Amino acid sequence: MTALVEVRDLKMHFPIHTGLLRRQTGAVKAVDGISFDIREGETLGLVGESGCGKSTAGRAILRLYDITEGEIVIDGREIGSVTQASLRKVRPTMQMVFQDPQASLNPRMTVASIISEPLDEHTSMSRAEKRERVYDLMDKVGLNRRFANRYPHEFSGGQRQRIGIARALALNPKFIVCDEPIAALDVSIQAQVVNLLEELQDELGLTYLFISHDLSMVRHIADRVAVMYLGKVVELASRDDLYARPQHPYTEALLSAVPEPDPAQAERQGSRIVLQGDVPSPANPPEGCNFCTRCPKVMDVCRRVDPAFREVAPEQWVACHLHDPEHAPAGAP
Amino acid sequence: MTDPHATEPLTPQGTGAAVVTGPGAVGSTEAMAVPVAARSQWWDVWDQFRTHKGALFGAAVFLGICLMVIVGPMLWPLDPTATNMRARYEPISWAHPMGTDRLGRDTFARVMAGGRISLGVGMTAMLLSLVLGTLIGMMAGYFKRLDGPLMRFTDLFLALPLLPLLLVMVILFREPLAARFGIETGIFILVVSAIGVTSWMQTARIVRGDVLTLKEREFVLAARSIGTPSGRIIARHILPNVLSPVMVSATLGIATAIITESTLSFLGLGFPPDFPTWGRLLFDGVPLLERNPGLAVWPGLFISLVVLSINYVGDGLRDALDPRIRGR
Repeated sequence: MTALVEVRDLKMHFPIHTGLLRRQTGAVKAVDGISFDIREGETLGLVGESGCGKSTAGRAILRLYDITEGEIVIDGREIGSVTQASLRKVRPTMQMVFQDPQASLNPRMTVASIISEPLDEHTSMSRAEKRERVYDLMDKVGLNRRFANRYPHEFSGGQRQRIGIARALALNPKFIVCDEPIAALDVSIQAQVVNLLEELQDELGLTYLFISHDLSMVRHIADRVAVMYLGKVVELASRDDLYARPQHPYTEALLSAVPEPDPAQAERQGSRIVLQGDVPSPANPPEGCNFCTRCPKVMDVCRRVDPAFREVAPEQWVACHLHDPEHAPAGAP
Repeated sequence: MTDPHATEPLTPQGTGAAVVTGPGAVGSTEAMAVPVAARSQWWDVWDQFRTHKGALFGAAVFLGICLMVIVGPMLWPLDPTATNMRARYEPISWAHPMGTDRLGRDTFARVMAGGRISLGVGMTAMLLSLVLGTLIGMMAGYFKRLDGPLMRFTDLFLALPLLPLLLVMVILFREPLAARFGIETGIFILVVSAIGVTSWMQTARIVRGDVLTLKEREFVLAARSIGTPSGRIIARHILPNVLSPVMVSATLGIATAIITESTLSFLGLGFPPDFPTWGRLLFDGVPLLERNPGLAVWPGLFISLVVLSINYVGDGLRDALDPRIRGR
């Protein structure tokens, strides 16, 4: 399978202006050099704790921000450095599903007009054709056609998220960024929405970047998983490898925090790794490895040198000195 | 899990006339043909507006006053400027329903004639300040680069002493405008633009604040991810959502405009002294309040009625235009 999305060394820094003259005195390094590919038809899960830059990464990839540096290629087109105006033509290929279905729908528009907004912008369909397409999309995401003239506030959270998904599908995109699409939903509804996303993927051959902090859900939906910490990807591997054999200490800690519903299994799961301290500020990340302030396996070199992102096992990429033959302590993998 | 009928029937809003197809009919050709007879949104708005008693009453009063000041002078035989020294300070009678003033002019005729000017000035000046304020507030809120300059510009206007400014404007432009459009229209244009140009700042600030919060909402981001250009994002997503505060400031703006006009006239900067406007009549009546209260009470009553009725209409309209309230 070929890569539909290629992200190379993507950086998104938000400048900090202080003082009377509003001079730039620093930058919040929300995303600080991430690279990955997303293959056609696969789901890449992007996980990490709050504030690690997941959502920013997702939005930067769709160029909802003007990125600081880096290269983004979607469907063979480089979009990292082009202007917003010329992006308009590329927009139909890539769409987004948002976290808060309440906030992502304009309260003053009907469902039909929300779903047909992309059609208004990018197609020259007649009114009747648009209506037909809207009904079609509503069927696809499991919304009753009768609701077309209603307003978002009349729907439940899960239904609103379906409206958001229908809007994202309107232009037959290839790539959809799902920015925590289930975080604001009830647990019972989460499964519905995730299953809907999976069905749509099978039916339409979509490629997802699935951003979430829910590791069990990512395990369910993703083919490969990238783990982010403080603006960087620390580990990227196929789902099974990552969950079975986490290589980065941060991934280990993250996975150990996932609750195990079966008490018998929970006994066997072993001790939880509890990280000490707070996440450093992205405006002022530590020298060396970003994780060195909290890493249980920290070494001297971690505080000096930023580890490179290298392939330690087939298809498993890690940024950690533990896996660097130069620095690895004796006896370590 | 993708059952389309999993929901309870929601509030039956705006779909009353529609043929409701039974569950399970979705996907059949019949359902495709008539899911909902798309009813115009404006009917829903009207339906909601009708349920607001105050708004209906306000609309009726406002229309009545408009009718009175437009049609009234044509039917009423007495001239608002004709003096009659034998009938000064007449009390209320059939000949003079609101009495007469110190020159024996019929107050009813003067109130009707004054209403034309006052309502005209009030509405037009309010519209002008609304357009200006919304435009500047929108620009400042939406385009980050314009925010600083435009809001400092607004602060500048807020800090300006308005009366001297108006004075200068009147002195500079009164003659050329009067020569160009005739004395009445010329002064009307002058007064309206003077009031409009000096009263948009509040609206601009309110709109900017609202736009700042709205533009961070995810539906604006969603529109950008679709590729909607800024102009259409503003028109489609932001403007409808700042409507409520704009409406409120508009209704209050009319009252302020009427009063400002009377201030101008009082200072001799607006319409000529013998030219009746509500503000003028009010000011003329105030010194005679003890002797003949009707002279001040009648124009005051009409100003209050107009402001109150417009407030109610605005209130009802705001509710009617908000789909979240409309459903209830």
